[in-house]
Amino acid sequence: MHPAPSIILFTVLSGMGFGLLFFLGLGFGSTGSIALVFFVLAFLLSTGGLLASTFHLGHPERALKAFSQWRTSWLSREGCCAVFALVVMTILAAGRVFSAAHWSWIGWLGSTFCVATVLTTSMIYAQLRTVPRWNSALTPSLFLAYAASGGALLVGELDWARLLLAITAGIQLAWWLRGDRALHHSGTSLKTATGLGAIGNPRSLESPHTEANYLTREMAFVIARHHAKLLRLVAAILAFALPLILLSLPHSHLIAAFAVLLHTLGALVSRWLFFAEAEHVVSFYYGVR
Amino acid sequence: MTSLPTHTDRKLGLVIDLDTCVGCHACVIACKGWNTEHYGAPLSDQNPYGEAPSGTFLNRVHSYEVLPDSGEAQVFHLPKSCLHCEDAPCVTVCPTGASYKRVEDGIVLVHEDDCIGCGLCAWACPYGAREMDAAERVMKKCTLCVDRIYNENLSIEDREPACVRTCPAGARHFGDFADPDSNVSALISERGGIDLMAEQETRPVNKYLPPRTKDHFDEQIDVLAPLLVPVAREPEGFMRWLDGALGKLDGRSVRET
Repeated sequence: MHPAPSIILFTVLSGMGFGLLFFLGLGFGSTGSIALVFFVLAFLLSTGGLLASTFHLGHPERALKAFSQWRTSWLSREGCCAVFALVVMTILAAGRVFSAAHWSWIGWLGSTFCVATVLTTSMIYAQLRTVPRWNSALTPSLFLAYAASGGALLVGELDWARLLLAITAGIQLAWWLRGDRALHHSGTSLKTATGLGAIGNPRSLESPHTEANYLTREMAFVIARHHAKLLRLVAAILAFALPLILLSLPHSHLIAAFAVLLHTLGALVSRWLFFAEAEHVVSFYYGVR
Repeated sequence: MTSLPTHTDRKLGLVIDLDTCVGCHACVIACKGWNTEHYGAPLSDQNPYGEAPSGTFLNRVHSYEVLPDSGEAQVFHLPKSCLHCEDAPCVTVCPTGASYKRVEDGIVLVHEDDCIGCGLCAWACPYGAREMDAAERVMKKCTLCVDRIYNENLSIEDREPACVRTCPAGARHFGDFADPDSNVSALISERGGIDLMAEQETRPVNKYLPPRTKDHFDEQIDVLAPLLVPVAREPEGFMRWLDGALGKLDGRSVRET
């Protein structure tokens, strides 16, 4: 799949933003001006990510229509959950910043919808049978784990951050290992794609077009896989190993900020691979995978 | 709503005969010609006379070589357009309700005024049947020529999809799969219809007719056939003598191998 920068930025940054909001909703992050800084950061990340996601739309001016199909569409549900979570969290933020009020039930409601937002984002990908590497319950786990560990890092809850980073690393490894077998296990091949498998082994002889088209640009993105193994190592070191080492050092804000930065970079590399490595079954028609 | 109908009154679709298709791409051109002038946004081309032309098409023809366990490779042409699936995954993923499947005839269509161009429906389709138009930035797909098949301004023989009307080989057939007596139902009950990527469980309406088995004769019926063997396996005349003579020296006679 084509790794569109706007979607990679959106899923990583808004994931971290909603992760931070999740912890703020649970009561972490103090009150007053300290809470203001946390809430502003969280809103910037989450809404900034949402805005970035509209950059890849053909007609962003019609985006409001996307709130209408929540009964069937995960993309529509994501929009609804995100807006609801942000509204609830704004009310919570007003209370926390200006009157040091801990409206715990509003916080719980907001945190629940932060989880729902990340879950619905991940389901947009996990629901697609056409991309076997994504079509797994591990995909929502991966997105939720990244959002939670990013949120814990941002809010400065280091014990939670260490635990969640370790869990996320485990899920990431499991996701990679499962993903490498997913296409084979899906049962889809050029034999089933052409219906000619009963005769023998088909191979693409001639493509319908001589140059790239929308389908090959969007779904048959194969150039990235060459360095995938190395990039996985880079992602794991940046997102998990280095932040865990930094968090074990004596605490300082500079080190914590550095850990957040490295983790974010690692998460971006991992999310880039999430798209670049994913095989869409339509690629079979073009004789690639 | 982008929920799929539980039942459609009719199931209009195509039967495509892989045995008959000659891969001429006439259906591709007829489709592009009709659909760029009629239903919805035109099918644009980008840089059509330049180095790397690209464009929106609703129908494309792939060609494949199939190598059986024994015998020679066979070549097939596979025209591919929207299969108007009964469990169309492209419809349910749409966030705006732009994609829908019609209750009256099962045709899957896009309301282009509602399409935000997110591209998720194209990701959800295993067949590559949907293409985002680069100029209009909305999703385009086969309409089964909905503006021809019910068009009373056209003469009766033209009220079928442009690809079917134009096919010079008679490889494409249009009809109602819900009617057991229709032309398409008769074809698939006689020849057996293939679902592309059946394991994706989209339940496509369009069916592909498998290639017929090649004719095979156990007895030689053509007296000229032995003279027309394309590759000589046995040396004759002087070559036969030479093969025998050299074979005595190196033990590698053609006739012994």
